[in-house]
Amino acid sequence: MTRHTLSVLVENKPGVLARVAGLFSRRGFNIESLAVGPTEHPGLSRMTIVVGVEGSALEQVTKQLNKLVNVLKIVELEENQAVQRELLLVKVRADEHTRHGVIETAELFHAKVVDVGPEALSIEVTGPPPKLEAMLKMLEPYGIREMVQSGMVALGRGPRSMTQAALRSVERSA
Amino acid sequence: MMAAPSSAQPGATLTGAQALVRSLEEVGATVVFGIPGGAILPAYDPLYDSTRVRHILVRHEQGAGHAAEGYAQATGKVGVCMATSGPGATNLVTPIADAYMDSVPMVAITGQVGRAFIGTDAFQEADISGITLPITKHNFLVQSAAEVPQAIAEAFHLAGTGRPGPVLVDLPKDVLQERAPFVWPPKMDLPGYRPVIRPHGKQVREAARLIAEAKRPVLYVGGGAIKAHATDELRQLAELTGIPVVTTLMARGAFPDSHRQHLGMPGMHGSVTAVTSLQKADLLIALGTRFDDRVTGRLETFAPQALVIHADIDPAEIGKNRAADVPIVGDVREVIAELIPAVQAEFAAGRRADLAGWWALLDQWRKTYPLGYDDPADGSLSPQYVIERIGQLGGPDAIYVAGVGQHQMWASQFISYEKPAKWLNSGGAGTMGYAVPAAMGAKVGCPDTLVWTIDGDGCFQMTNQELATCAIEGIPIKVAVINNGNLGMVRQWQTLFYEERYSNTDLGTHRPAPAAETSKVKHPVPDFVRLAEALGCVGMRCETKAEVDATIEKAMSIDDQPVVVDFTVGKDAMVWPMVAAGTSNDDIIAARGIRPVFDSEG
Repeated sequence: MTRHTLSVLVENKPGVLARVAGLFSRRGFNIESLAVGPTEHPGLSRMTIVVGVEGSALEQVTKQLNKLVNVLKIVELEENQAVQRELLLVKVRADEHTRHGVIETAELFHAKVVDVGPEALSIEVTGPPPKLEAMLKMLEPYGIREMVQSGMVALGRGPRSMTQAALRSVERSA
Repeated sequence: MMAAPSSAQPGATLTGAQALVRSLEEVGATVVFGIPGGAILPAYDPLYDSTRVRHILVRHEQGAGHAAEGYAQATGKVGVCMATSGPGATNLVTPIADAYMDSVPMVAITGQVGRAFIGTDAFQEADISGITLPITKHNFLVQSAAEVPQAIAEAFHLAGTGRPGPVLVDLPKDVLQERAPFVWPPKMDLPGYRPVIRPHGKQVREAARLIAEAKRPVLYVGGGAIKAHATDELRQLAELTGIPVVTTLMARGAFPDSHRQHLGMPGMHGSVTAVTSLQKADLLIALGTRFDDRVTGRLETFAPQALVIHADIDPAEIGKNRAADVPIVGDVREVIAELIPAVQAEFAAGRRADLAGWWALLDQWRKTYPLGYDDPADGSLSPQYVIERIGQLGGPDAIYVAGVGQHQMWASQFISYEKPAKWLNSGGAGTMGYAVPAAMGAKVGCPDTLVWTIDGDGCFQMTNQELATCAIEGIPIKVAVINNGNLGMVRQWQTLFYEERYSNTDLGTHRPAPAAETSKVKHPVPDFVRLAEALGCVGMRCETKAEVDATIEKAMSIDDQPVVVDFTVGKDAMVWPMVAAGTSNDDIIAARGIRPVFDSEG
């Protein structure tokens, strides 16, 4: 299985997420991560979907996604041509003896301490997945109380805008 | 959305229900098959007054759905069915799935509980838009009366264009009751829907080059050719090139059966020549077809030497099952229309392979392995004979509608189809019970056309209540129940693959079923003749070969009532040829125990 990052521009309408997620499951494709949010255009949302598939299956995924009426455009974002980020919030056991070490680790990863208590502190970090994994590995010995991680979001490098390209092609065919 | 001139009085406010009926009128829908119920009830009030939309009250929502399919498949127009919320809507699920699999243009309109009740498990609430997500081309849960015209316009547009399919519009009861200005035509807003109709010129030229070069080409034609109204163009292309044609189960009639270049149907029960032509081909010109498993057999062994030109309006079909060497996205009619001059240009430049050797081989196979059947050894009536005679007496202008199973395969094999949209069946989904309601819909769409239903005794018992609808609404279809007393296709598999252990396939329509041994039932159940009469139809029975023609002719002479004929046939007849499930097309069995040998392969 190869991981591919798809950026999917969709109409901001009720049920779109269910349509996309349902398509993946019924066609037998595995979503590794999914993030949805608004775009600079009020009527459009953008999904970043990380999917584990082989080469020819990826084509089938994108073709099937394109058939959804609410999907406007799909772009595969290659790792080296896109900025890829995840957000991790992690609560680490930290008392007066270990707190210093935990904070030092967080600083090494340019992470921020966002909540502190006598027994634990919470850290916020963003970055590409390997960075997050590396930090977690360093924090594990202190004791991870709980953690939550976002799906990946990604943006292509360079000046081009996916939304504008999509809207231009809609106008052309209208 | 407000700017366009309206055919309604400017600024007229209508209820959502009135807007629904007006919108149906405006999009040109003339028939709706449905059943009212609580949530959809507001829609039935203005429908009562409509002079342009005829509502046909069916007996089960599944019947409404299949009737809409039959109407659509026979006329090429979008079929419409309507049901209330909850169980009414879920009863539409099977025909919606069927329409999705066979790309039938259909709009399903359902009532929904009021907006405030959605999500509360209210009485007769079902999340029908959620349930039908994977089996519709698209669906709408309409949020206000003002949105009704747009939703209906978009639903019909989506259902009938591109690759056709079912679209569901779910209307909450209070949306049907609230008032809003009615504006027609509404502005459609479907920025993500842009079907590609015109093919890419470069791809067409590349396809023409391969066609001119191929020594063993086959035109592999699917149901898309009928939906795209491409039959004239297909015939031109075939005759221009001299290339043999196979028509899939969904494409029967796309190319005349009587044409010398027609090799028959490919697939699990296809003709030996059609199946083998694909296996030995060096080029498949696949037009509006999807390399379904029932056609390809074991995919890895399908047409191993062939390059593939694959033209389809749905890009996702291209390369889904079989990689295409020349993919062409476009409407099949447009594709063929552009292929013809491109091939002519190749020929004019002196590039044209000689197909004489290929045809010699094909003709030899055709001669050695013709489609056929033997009369049953036990003296019972042959089901194939009955179906063949119905086809011969009904002629090529009649519409034939089949259920699913042995009788369906025989109706595909032994009726000669010369024209498109004369053969209706449930190909992809394989929905038993499709035939009677679909025939009803076809007859409503084509009232002056003879409509023969070829059904099995199993299928018939699933949806025959629609004969009451036919009798009351004046829809005189003919139904041939090919009654072999069994779930025939399942029984055939039990004969072949389960050591003749006939588990739960005897329906008791010939003699008391095994399960009835301990009961008081000492006769076949049901008596199809009396059942037909009870449903307001003429009922007849035919048990011998000698009576077949007279029975068919008598059925065809009755034009003011539906007719049901119980053709009591033998239970042991089997569908041949057969490519057993999961095996290679190379292992086709021509008839029981007869495996073709292709020793003279070129």
